[in-house]
Amino acid sequence: MKTYHLTTPIEDKDIEDIRIGDIVYLDGIMVTCRDVAHRRLVEEKRPLPVDVANKAILHAGPIVKDLGNDKYEMIAVGPTTSMRMEKFEEEFVKQTNVKLVIGKGGMGEGTQRACKNSKALHLVFPAGNAVFAATKVEEIIDAQWKDLGMPETLWVCKVHDFGPLIVSIDTKGDNLFEKNKIEFNKRKEEEIIKINKEVRFIK
Amino acid sequence: MLYEYTEPILSEQGSKMRDIMADYISVVSHRLPDDVAKKLKELAKIEVDPLQQLVYDTMRENQLLAEKMKRPSCQDTGALQFFVRCGSHFPLLGELNSIFKDAVYRATKEAPLRHNAVQTFDEYNTGLNIGNGIPSVFLDVPDDSDKIEIYVYMAGGGCTLPGAAMVLMPGEGYEGVVRFVMDQMTSYGINACPPLLVGVGVATSVETAAMNSKLALMRTVDSVSPNANAAKMEHLLEDGINNIGLGPQGFGGKKSVMGVNVVNTARHPSTIGVGISTGCWSHRRGKIDFDAELNYELPLNEGVEL
Repeated sequence: MKTYHLTTPIEDKDIEDIRIGDIVYLDGIMVTCRDVAHRRLVEEKRPLPVDVANKAILHAGPIVKDLGNDKYEMIAVGPTTSMRMEKFEEEFVKQTNVKLVIGKGGMGEGTQRACKNSKALHLVFPAGNAVFAATKVEEIIDAQWKDLGMPETLWVCKVHDFGPLIVSIDTKGDNLFEKNKIEFNKRKEEEIIKINKEVRFIK
Repeated sequence: MLYEYTEPILSEQGSKMRDIMADYISVVSHRLPDDVAKKLKELAKIEVDPLQQLVYDTMRENQLLAEKMKRPSCQDTGALQFFVRCGSHFPLLGELNSIFKDAVYRATKEAPLRHNAVQTFDEYNTGLNIGNGIPSVFLDVPDDSDKIEIYVYMAGGGCTLPGAAMVLMPGEGYEGVVRFVMDQMTSYGINACPPLLVGVGVATSVETAAMNSKLALMRTVDSVSPNANAAKMEHLLEDGINNIGLGPQGFGGKKSVMGVNVVNTARHPSTIGVGISTGCWSHRRGKIDFDAELNYELPLNEGVEL
């Protein structure tokens, strides 16, 4: 478990040696981007109104306070379930050249391919810690696709020391959660055999 | 499209209850109930690896910040759900739906809460955190008292809202219930923000089992079913799921759950309904009990006054 500090713009060489289970802290630009924004780019073929190349996206729908005059304050922000974006992520990474995809829980084979082929990482911010995360957002510098409502707007954030981010898929395509799942499922079958001896309540 | 909402004209007592509820919803958004906070402290001591400790440290610091800054501790403040037991002589029974909806409307601005109501088929966010059927109010009128007990639950989109339920054949037995719960743990449960509070409902159909599983999440994490066999199953499932070793956030660890609660009701001879709802570690469940004069108690939040 090594710790890295990354600053956008992020180049391939900055992340090539980072492996699953390592910890990353981020400085620079991170854009919230979730369900409908992915769909709009990939299925509706609408160009993303924010350039995320060599930057980070966060699968998240924050609570943002509108201060007026296009000024906003980040109140609470944390990751949402990344797996919901799996359907779109491979194509998303390919089209945008985003380098860090931050979210919650694991992602699947498409994202693994994307991380390997386009040199990117999927990372997990410990979910539910939304005030902690909000204090790492220095400023919201832009907001696009506001028609999607507060959770789905692309909030462009300037962050400092944003983390801990635990690497779940690395540039070799290794996948922490998929590895864990194999072990979890093996243990589950053993536990079911034990429990089922004790629950024959219908006789 | 625009969702039209006009604040209701409530009675004097109705307005008072609405204001208390709005204040309490804000408290629930930034403070975990006592039973959950205590359990998380215990679990944090058990996990010793640096990664697990880092996660638990982040959780601890987040809750301190949320309390200090009076902000929602997790950004997903859920689709609000109210599980209510109301005596038939509680004076505001007829105003309850309006009171709850307006309390959510006001708390959304004051807390602030996230806008989590998307009107289906028309597919637009109302921007108010209320919509058709949100908040959800589940009302039981068990007797003719003049009191009311209300559970307030911030049901999040990544944990408890994607529950599951199905109807088993009796031949599958309680072994089938175990399989259904355990399979959900290694698929959905990993992403539902462990350590989890697992609610299991056993009943006769999908909706009764699902409702029981939700009521199970309203029980405290260390509570035990009054039925001996159900209590046995709670214990077996808790050990079994812990031994899977999901750990905090599914990174692996010694513990997976804060607890397993089973709520059961009778079944038709041809069916076993089973439902599961997963509460995340940030299990923002509140309880407020009122008497007829609106004196209230907060049994899950010692030391809190509104």
